[in-house]
Amino acid sequence: MKIAIASGKGGTGKTTVAVNFALSIENVQLFDCDVEEPNCHLFLGFNLEKVEDINILTPVVDKTKCDFCGNCSEFCQFNAIAVLPDDVLVFPALCHGCGGCVMVCPKDAIVYENRSIGIIEKSKGGNIEFYRGVLNIGEAMASPVIKALKKHVDESKTAIFDAPPGTACPVISSVQGADYCILVTESTPFGFHDLLLALDVLRKLEIPFGIIINRCDIGDDRVEKYCDTERIPVLMKIPHDRKIARLYSEGIPFVNRIPEWKVKFVQLLNKIQAQI
Amino acid sequence: MKICVTATAGSLDAVVDPRFGRCQYFVIVDSETMEFEALKNPSISAPGGAGVQAAQAIANKGIDVLITGSIGPNAFRILSAAGIKVVTGASGSVANAIEQYNKGELQATTGPTEPAYAGMGRGGGMGRGRGRGMGSRR
Repeated sequence: MKIAIASGKGGTGKTTVAVNFALSIENVQLFDCDVEEPNCHLFLGFNLEKVEDINILTPVVDKTKCDFCGNCSEFCQFNAIAVLPDDVLVFPALCHGCGGCVMVCPKDAIVYENRSIGIIEKSKGGNIEFYRGVLNIGEAMASPVIKALKKHVDESKTAIFDAPPGTACPVISSVQGADYCILVTESTPFGFHDLLLALDVLRKLEIPFGIIINRCDIGDDRVEKYCDTERIPVLMKIPHDRKIARLYSEGIPFVNRIPEWKVKFVQLLNKIQAQI
Repeated sequence: MKICVTATAGSLDAVVDPRFGRCQYFVIVDSETMEFEALKNPSISAPGGAGVQAAQAIANKGIDVLITGSIGPNAFRILSAAGIKVVTGASGSVANAIEQYNKGELQATTGPTEPAYAGMGRGGGMGRGRGRGMGSRR
């Protein structure tokens, strides 16, 4: 079973939930899909080894063949190629690697070249199987790295995807294909606002979901009231607890020090299995 | 000399738009006669690469100088390749900007003045809606 952990707002506790959940259940894989700023490893302390390079295709123009007709530039929806009266400029960071420019070029002047945009790493040892993607600094295309990362899913295990925040492409790439999605939120105006955006995404993708309210004793009751009206299950509430916060600040997953939470995360898995 | 000024509307008394890729209008002025042509920027709402698209749009207009507020690296690369001199830091109306330039009060820039994606604002094409607990970043 594949379970994604997402949220509209950043900093609600996705990684906290993902790491503690993974450490509480058996036969599990954890994937850090926040490839722009992966941080699960900070709480796990595993040694990591590189598994693969992630490449995307980038156009290279042969200027001796090009007649500067501008078809490629007109075709490109991402403005990754500019054609001037006597020059062509390619902007690799904007290219999505769709291949359209190669197809529309009447002079066969464009070829594709591989360009590395990131890597996949895996934990060596450790009690859970951990993978993460790392997007190279300066690159904007997180989705190809996330998709490559998720190819390491072992269907016989419970796979947990720690998604990036927001509702943009990297989030969609992270939650797509999941059997279930946990949305972590806090009951504050921002938390609630961004939760609604994330819910829209999951409804469109038709992924079943439930909510975890983190720091449940701050803010107000707007999230719970909403979940009640919409019949969305509130799977767990994590209090704004000094001990949990302190462990977090020290990079220690709280289930390792407060064992009763391990039981709660096992119950969380049972609730999800019952819902789908 | 043909000078292009980024503007918030298509006239000589329009205010200079400080953004290049996402400005409202390009006002292309003949600095001797002050005759002008207004071109609506095709890339105001481009999901990404607005600077690239905008630079390409004006590169074919036979312009000698571009006057704007600031410029990013991708657009700068295209304008340089097209032999267009880029002048930044302009303010006031389009007519004022041309006057300032003619008097030598505005200097040509030798490189981009902004990082990529600077003019995208909230929720831009590649934006990811970050808003981490400790303040947002991109």
